[in-house]
Amino acid sequence: MDAIRAVEEQYKREVPEFNIGDTVRVHVRVVEGDKERIQPFEGVVIARKGSGIKETFMVRKVSYGIGVERIFPVHSPVIEKLEVIRHGDVRRAKLYYLRHKKGKAAKVKEKDMFQKKQ
Amino acid sequence: MTGILGRKLGMTQVFDEKGNVIPVTVVEAGPCQVVQVKTVETDGYEAVQIGFDEIKKEKKVNKPMKGHFRKAGTPPYRVLREFPMKELNVGDVITVERFQKGDRVHVSGISKGKGFQGVMKRHGYGGGPGSHGSMFNRAPGSIGASAFPSRVWKNKGMPGRMGNVRVTVRNLTVVDVKPEQNLLLIKGAIPGPSGGYIEVRKDD
Repeated sequence: MDAIRAVEEQYKREVPEFNIGDTVRVHVRVVEGDKERIQPFEGVVIARKGSGIKETFMVRKVSYGIGVERIFPVHSPVIEKLEVIRHGDVRRAKLYYLRHKKGKAAKVKEKDMFQKKQ
Repeated sequence: MTGILGRKLGMTQVFDEKGNVIPVTVVEAGPCQVVQVKTVETDGYEAVQIGFDEIKKEKKVNKPMKGHFRKAGTPPYRVLREFPMKELNVGDVITVERFQKGDRVHVSGISKGKGFQGVMKRHGYGGGPGSHGSMFNRAPGSIGASAFPSRVWKNKGMPGRMGNVRVTVRNLTVVDVKPEQNLLLIKGAIPGPSGGYIEVRKDD
């Protein structure tokens, strides 16, 4: 088990800390033919699953009125860069309820990062 | 042929250059020491016997095996296997460095025991419908015809003990070799439980 963890560690990449409810911009490497370019995907992190190298996160955005969700492995080399744009204040680990909400109800409250914890 | 003995540690996943996820089995392979060299003159065939997993406690080795290892001048090992390898002498050490990224290997081991299983799991029989009043669910059905052959054919698949047999998976790709830790990363699944002994072979 320890040996496996050690192997996983070698394939891990440095990832900024982010949480469920955060709005992130994922810069994805896209290969088209023989050209490679970076495509940003911006949305709310609605789930994080797994642990170690197998960990994945799900990003949801609404694009032209249509909900789009993408699942990325946290340590995937396909992710060129990951930016946390705003921290969300949520009480759940999985924000699947956002799928049924529309407009303003589908918004995640922003977390006050300077507020003291009670 | 190049052969090495090892232990299955378990499975995980890694990324390749393109970012694809590859399922891998982590194998602790070697270092294995040559314990005996078999020759045409003495044994009628050529092979080397290699040992893996040293036994640290002397009382765990029985007398005949002690003699075998004393003759070779090597420490006692738990697993001994023969491979048709050439140009090796007693005492030589085989490490994972004999394997490279991208090699095709065959992996043998003892599969996990499944106990007494029915024909659906053991032989892949179709079984019957699960519902609509069917009372024929997981039974094997007819096992032969009446007038001819008037008996059950040999090797007819029947329920019984499943697993715990030697299984070889061929043509697996070596994804990575880590000589410092004696590790091989092999693409896909290999037989046996985590911690089980396995053989890794490569055709030259």
